[in-house]
Amino acid sequence: MSYMDYLEMLVVIGVILLLVKPVGTYIYHVFSNVPNRSDRIFGGMENLIFKLAGYRQREGMDWKKYMVSLLASNTVLMTICFILLSLQQWLPWNPDRIGGMEPSLAFNTVISFMTNTNLQHYSGETGLSYLSQMMVITMMMFTSAATGLCIAIAFIRGITGTGKLLGNFFVDFVKAIVRILLPAALIVTLLLVALQVPQTLEPAAAIHTLEGSVQRIALGPVASLESIKHLGTNGGGFFGANSSHPFENPSGLTNAIEIWSMWVISASLPYTFGLFARNKKQGWVIFTAMFILFVAFLSLVYFSEQAGNPLIHTLGVDASQGNMEGKEVRFGVAGSALFTAVTTAATTGSVNNMHDTLTPLGGLAALVQMMLNVVFGGKGVGLMNMMMYAILGVFICGLMVGRTPEFLGKKIEAKEMKLIAIAILIHPFIVLVPTAISAMTGLGYGAVTNPGYHGLTQMLYEYASSAANNGSGFEGLADNTPYWNIMTGFVMLLGRYVSMIALLGVAGSLMGKEPVAESIGTLRTDNKLFTGILIGTVLLIGALTFLPVIAAGPVAEFLTLK
Amino acid sequence: MSTQRKSILSGRMVQRAILDSFRKLNPVMMIKNPVMFVVELGAMLVLLQMLLPGILGRSSHTGFNIAVFVILLITILFANFAEALAEGRGKAQADHLKKTKQQVMANKRVGGGLRSVPSTELRKEDIVVVSQGEMIPGDGEIIEGLASVDESAITGESAPVIKEAGGDFCSVTGGTLVVSDSIVVRITNDPGESFIDRMISLVKGAKRQRTPNEIALGTLLAVLTVIFLIVVFTLKPIADYLNIELETAVLISLLVCLIPTTIGGLLSAIGIAGMDRVTQYNVLAMSGKAVEAAGDVNTMILDKTGTITYGNRMAAELLPVGAGTEAELANWAAISSQFDETPEGRSVLALLRERGLIYDELLARSGDSIEFKAETRMSGVDLPDGRRVRKGAVDAIRRWVAEQSGQIPDDLEAVTHRVAVAGGTPLAVAVDAVIYGVIYLKDTVKPGMKERFEQLRKMGIRTIMCTGDNPLTAATIAQEAGVDDYIAECKPEDKIDVIRREQAAGKLVAMTGDGTNDAPALAQADVGLAMNSGTVSAKEAANMVDLDSDPSKLIEVVGIGKQLLMTRGALTTFSIANDIAKYFAILPAMFMLAIPQMSVLNVMKLGSPLSAVLSALIFNAVIIPLLIPIAMRGVKYRPMSSQRLLSRNLLIYGLGGVVAPFIGIKLIDLFVHLWI
Repeated sequence: MSYMDYLEMLVVIGVILLLVKPVGTYIYHVFSNVPNRSDRIFGGMENLIFKLAGYRQREGMDWKKYMVSLLASNTVLMTICFILLSLQQWLPWNPDRIGGMEPSLAFNTVISFMTNTNLQHYSGETGLSYLSQMMVITMMMFTSAATGLCIAIAFIRGITGTGKLLGNFFVDFVKAIVRILLPAALIVTLLLVALQVPQTLEPAAAIHTLEGSVQRIALGPVASLESIKHLGTNGGGFFGANSSHPFENPSGLTNAIEIWSMWVISASLPYTFGLFARNKKQGWVIFTAMFILFVAFLSLVYFSEQAGNPLIHTLGVDASQGNMEGKEVRFGVAGSALFTAVTTAATTGSVNNMHDTLTPLGGLAALVQMMLNVVFGGKGVGLMNMMMYAILGVFICGLMVGRTPEFLGKKIEAKEMKLIAIAILIHPFIVLVPTAISAMTGLGYGAVTNPGYHGLTQMLYEYASSAANNGSGFEGLADNTPYWNIMTGFVMLLGRYVSMIALLGVAGSLMGKEPVAESIGTLRTDNKLFTGILIGTVLLIGALTFLPVIAAGPVAEFLTLK
Repeated sequence: MSTQRKSILSGRMVQRAILDSFRKLNPVMMIKNPVMFVVELGAMLVLLQMLLPGILGRSSHTGFNIAVFVILLITILFANFAEALAEGRGKAQADHLKKTKQQVMANKRVGGGLRSVPSTELRKEDIVVVSQGEMIPGDGEIIEGLASVDESAITGESAPVIKEAGGDFCSVTGGTLVVSDSIVVRITNDPGESFIDRMISLVKGAKRQRTPNEIALGTLLAVLTVIFLIVVFTLKPIADYLNIELETAVLISLLVCLIPTTIGGLLSAIGIAGMDRVTQYNVLAMSGKAVEAAGDVNTMILDKTGTITYGNRMAAELLPVGAGTEAELANWAAISSQFDETPEGRSVLALLRERGLIYDELLARSGDSIEFKAETRMSGVDLPDGRRVRKGAVDAIRRWVAEQSGQIPDDLEAVTHRVAVAGGTPLAVAVDAVIYGVIYLKDTVKPGMKERFEQLRKMGIRTIMCTGDNPLTAATIAQEAGVDDYIAECKPEDKIDVIRREQAAGKLVAMTGDGTNDAPALAQADVGLAMNSGTVSAKEAANMVDLDSDPSKLIEVVGIGKQLLMTRGALTTFSIANDIAKYFAILPAMFMLAIPQMSVLNVMKLGSPLSAVLSALIFNAVIIPLLIPIAMRGVKYRPMSSQRLLSRNLLIYGLGGVVAPFIGIKLIDLFVHLWI
């Protein structure tokens, strides 16, 4: 049994390793702004879009203008979507006559999708019309993923380039959608349809059961949403049960396709970064650090799920299957553990098993990956966060070789450290403070369904998931209340944009600096030692912050579960 | 003087530092150091809990609260002590300097006559006359005359130096003594701005500005402190939700253990001590920034003469020509040098001694000295028997012999050429019409320079030698000294060009200089070390001045700059790495009462929850004084590649930082557990 498990995991991971180089190179060509073959295929379509929009002068932007353009476009999209959701009952393509969305839920939902979080406090089959699924949910899945890609590319251009201009946001945004997300989504959609995922505008099917009653089976344009949901590391399911629903994820093969889809772009970006930095090793160092952390967390989920729950074992239940509570039989422990590890690493947030029912340590791995938010991470954001730790590592270790620290030939000085200070501070702040507030008020802990250590983990998970813009739910938390909608809404907003602004500021500042020459006395950042330093910095500065709450939540649950 | 400067601790200094560490408890001063300020706030909260039990939640152990308060107070005092001690050392140096800054009477030129005024009343542009036995009343430039000046008060060098109007040796420093002759000096500084004044305020640390790197590191430490504040503050309601009661004193202990108190407490001491180490080398840095920049230098531009070589040419070989033998040549070369007091002349006699060759000293002494003249370009001895012995430039000797219708040996040309090609200077030796041979004068590289350059190369620093010599000579010396590059026939403008070229390639450049024409290059360089013997403009353009006027000290300054940064990095790493062990001590202790199973995390097997907390806190406090020596001395630094350096420091301070507290806390607990 477990040989097959290993084989399954090795094959899925192996395919990703093979995809990193070609996909990373393709992304580089898309954004390098050097004429290449992809222009011939997509150039015409992009020009048409710009012509229709009347956007002629597409000059480069400095970091502030780039950021303002990004924030403005995101705000406009959020406003439109808020209106669409509130008015969906009067809009077309609503065969099941679903009513307008309640304001606090709509607030939460538009933020959730614009920030690439896809925390769902609604259930798709009963809460959204087909128009909302397509024009709000699917559209935002494209645009939020494109936003993430743009910011990562602008950041990379900043730290690897010189001058002032980071590129044009709107050009990058259109390119991300036209050249990367749309074609990839088209391919994945067709694959999924071929593998029996529904794609229809018909209303829910009414089925006469053997008992003679009528059961309504929810349907809809599932495959198209499913593809971008993963490609864009979005994670919001068409159905409430997300990727554990047999229409979203019918088989082991679709499971693998969904894992590859959500992982491939995040995994390839470090390679793209290496190409921009004209030092592929530099990219591999970042990739390796992410990969080592990933394997460690995957092992933690897999082995603790495989070991199962000691309380259930004492009841005399066959333990050889591992902990199957909340898991789909068609995926088993391996397919579920892998999906959980990837979805929390790449901050997708789709689930093919209920994370609430993971063993304490399995849930801990998922939780910690979101707390770190650097293990591949969501579209672009993971790379940026990892680079932030790289700069921190360089700062401390650079001093240890007796030079004022420099990264990629640029000096790290007080201004960068101040911006980085904001970025490292915001994450623990928006995870721990709301958790503490929720632990103090009945509005918060009232939603908990399993009081005690597990209940604490439920709340912690909800905020970690929102802050990391992951969006997976620990579920078991009755979170569709104005309190939770508004709290998580703000956490998602802050989690998305504060670190983006701070880190793009770092890139802008580094870009404006004169590069310093490299010598044998310079700290090298493209070798094994630095990979170790990077992992050490992530664990020492990132993980230590969360150790007390982890001890009080999952660790306490694990220790008392005997 | 120099030994006095190096004495690190005296009883009085420690006493004063202890007093100062209490004075620094003042929160107004404390807030400059956010990390320690948080510790102080924590101590106050615990004190409050002690005095008014129950005000901050239930507290069962008054004794425990008292212990926590005392340890927190001691932690702050230790950090204050480190800073006070570093400042104290600076102050001691300043006091020493102040002694040299005595109030003297100056002869100020007013109208046509002189008036005696106190030196403190002198202003910029005043003209004073200083005669033998008088002290120069302020920094200035000689505008008339020449004098020998005793600068030992500043440099520690007892031999007087010659200073004269015009040229590169016209600047004088206040507080130095004129030993002979009389000079007219134009004062260049208002009172309080003189060289010594600036030096005093710098070493005292009073005007110490935080360097950019210190600010950046300070930001990191502050943000870590804020993060752990969030961690600890949020832990309280979270624990309440789980019905786990956490006492204020325990939470504050956790906070203090987690925030980087070790580096936070030692940071300013490291900075002050770094400046101090520079001063110990008798180098005056105008700012801490300059010292840090020295650590980053990629390219070093060094003058050949005086820095790499002794600058005077030494006789290295005797090359006979024509019918002459080496013994004959040695004899005549030595006789010609008998009265020659120049280093070149002395070196001829030294070479004979070294080779075991002899000459007729009696004969030489009986002759009359013929001094070197610019017209003849020869010097030598006229012997009583009428024979004239001469040495000098080859073409001058050749002309002289030719005038006497003497024979020019055929191989003279070839030998001369060979010496020139090898970078040496040939001196011909002749007696009347006979040329005996050539003395090969060689510019000698100072011992140990080659090794130094090798070290610099390992540190990634490129050395460029500047010399006025022709390319041939320059190449030879460059190869012998092992510098990476050289500029022959170098003019001051060339230096600026080189600096600009290197800077354009993103390199930081350091150079030394002393002349007025070096000033622009000194200003252009990232690190400019001026010689104290140099001109005022050179000193002003530079950001460091070497009081001993030894240009090769630039290499030491680079080492100190690197050491300063390394010390900061190493102690930061150590401080952060310590957190792991502290978590393992305190977290199980916090939760063990409510969740007995948590004891599996008590990997150190600490005696009791309270003793675990106290042991971690005590470790956190005592590590500060234990590390004061490293902060003051700097971490050990040997030139090696960055890769090896990093691995070494990571092993010592990173891994050491993880392991040391596990051992330390366990040991302390064995003792503390005896009581609780």
